[in-house]
Amino acid sequence: MNMTSRVLITAILCVTAAACSKKVKENTDTGATVGNDTTSSGTTSSGMGNTGPVSAGAYGPGDLDTDACLRQRVVYFDFDQDALKPEFQAIVACHAKYLRDRPSARMTLEGNADERGSREYNMGLGERRANAVSSSVQANGGSGTQITVVSYGEEQPTCTESTEDCWGRNRRVEIVYTAK
Amino acid sequence: MIRVPFPPQKSFLALVLLCLALLPWAAFAQQRGLELDIVGGNAAATPIAVVPMPYQGSAGAPQTDVAEVVRADLARSGQFRPLPPADLGAQRPTRGADIDYAYFRTLKQNYVVVGRVLDAGDGGYRVEYELFDMGGNRLLAFALTARANAMRDVAHQIADAIYEKLTGVRGAFWTRIAYIVQTGVGKGAQYALMIADADGYNPQTVVRSEKPLVSPAWSPDGRKLAYVSFERGNSSIVVQDVATGAREVVAAFKGINGAPSFSPDGRRLAMALSKSGNPEIYVMDLASRALTQVTRQFGIDTEPVWSADGGSLYFTSDRSGKPQIYQAPASGGAATRVTFQGSYNARATVSADGKKLAVAQGSGNVYRIAMLDRSLGSSRWSMLSPGNLDESPSFAPNAAMVLYAAREGGRGVLYAVSADARVRQRLVVAGGDVREPAWGPYRLPR
Repeated sequence: MNMTSRVLITAILCVTAAACSKKVKENTDTGATVGNDTTSSGTTSSGMGNTGPVSAGAYGPGDLDTDACLRQRVVYFDFDQDALKPEFQAIVACHAKYLRDRPSARMTLEGNADERGSREYNMGLGERRANAVSSSVQANGGSGTQITVVSYGEEQPTCTESTEDCWGRNRRVEIVYTAK
Repeated sequence: MIRVPFPPQKSFLALVLLCLALLPWAAFAQQRGLELDIVGGNAAATPIAVVPMPYQGSAGAPQTDVAEVVRADLARSGQFRPLPPADLGAQRPTRGADIDYAYFRTLKQNYVVVGRVLDAGDGGYRVEYELFDMGGNRLLAFALTARANAMRDVAHQIADAIYEKLTGVRGAFWTRIAYIVQTGVGKGAQYALMIADADGYNPQTVVRSEKPLVSPAWSPDGRKLAYVSFERGNSSIVVQDVATGAREVVAAFKGINGAPSFSPDGRRLAMALSKSGNPEIYVMDLASRALTQVTRQFGIDTEPVWSADGGSLYFTSDRSGKPQIYQAPASGGAATRVTFQGSYNARATVSADGKKLAVAQGSGNVYRIAMLDRSLGSSRWSMLSPGNLDESPSFAPNAAMVLYAAREGGRGVLYAVSADARVRQRLVVAGGDVREPAWGPYRLPR
């Protein structure tokens, strides 16, 4: 792939991400249930019963274990990309809402990369991904003081096979609550 | 493929005692043997007969087969083709006067090495050896004395002397390597920074951690290692004394603290820090800890390595889109792009003379070690490894070989390849995912 098409695709992804980010923000602002968004993106939630009326009330610590959206703590990325994919906007938005509802809550965003490419470059790539999630959380109302970014690069893989499937599972940002 | 099996260490207890004596901080030593494969071969390599060096003392033979270690060293350099001992027939000269040159000429040998091992008192040994050409000219004649546990060191020094005499280039067999070993995945993962002889023998643990250890780098005097540790949660750069184990954290800023590299004078440490928001290259004065920022560029700038004169840094940057190698003054200033072949070039290693640069070069799913040779006037690229996921090249101090990491069967292994790419040797450390080799400096300064 040549540079022009790379730049073009990156630009498209950025525009797409920005557009979706805006939409999700509007959704939450207008009171759409975040739980619906996540359920439709393919989680194993048992339905609305345990997500509760998210938009109606404030999140509490218990929701981290029960809410279908908040229980999702991993955001995945495309190869060599740090753009937040549209299907993860809803997850980021509900975690942002959690931070808004719980000012004492603190999260660490752990950026990771797959094994391809050099280790220190992947450290940078993991940080970019965590920063992308951090930016989106903040755009959705979370405070930067509640967020710590750490990049592990390719050093903490969840699997070690050299396959597309495994690489896809390792290109991720994990949302870890250090204070609920 | 010629398979050269080496026996495991004969006495684990002796090794442990040795480690305890030399390195009281070492928690354990991996005692299992290595499997050494020599892949490929070099028809143009110089034939040399290294005749077995028998023990002629009375106290007890050493565990190390000195001639065997010398043969293995010379073979993996790619420049020599040692005669297999089985091909010697009944010929077993141990002194120059005993050499039947006509016989060695029929074996098409260019050189013969003979020697013997004698007692030196206090359990030590004296190794006497000589190197001859086919005209009967004695090119080398030396005696080395060592304790029983240092006989591999003696053998590597003999190989170094032969290599230098016949190639004109200083040998680098008597050197050490550092590398990272991971065992387990996920929560139970264990990481260790190890050092070993350049052929992979005598592995010793420098530090162990339940959090990742990354990017080991030797100080130019071989006494210290800098590396990245996550034991504090975030990355930090640690400098550790190899002999005493004393360690200090020199960089623990917000963001990435990565890619340490000692300057040639050992006084400065180049590194990548993202405290400004994205990874930039910095140089730290180790005495004052003062930082000089070298790059100011949006994008990832990382993996700095020093030019031979200490005046500039080569580093990886994706400022043009994909990672490429750039060069900038160590004091800061405009950077020049160095690599133009390949869509992905990263993790540079520079030869001591500054004329050769090796990188991990890739595109998509295939990464190979590539070398840029600028010693012949014009720049010339060559491929040193077959891929698919080769990384972390590190030049031997004489730049005649490159150590790198590869993945085979879901785990990391180390390879040493001759700089002409003709001979590759795998060093498999048992029981772990091995990576990030860093070839140390010469053991003795000249």
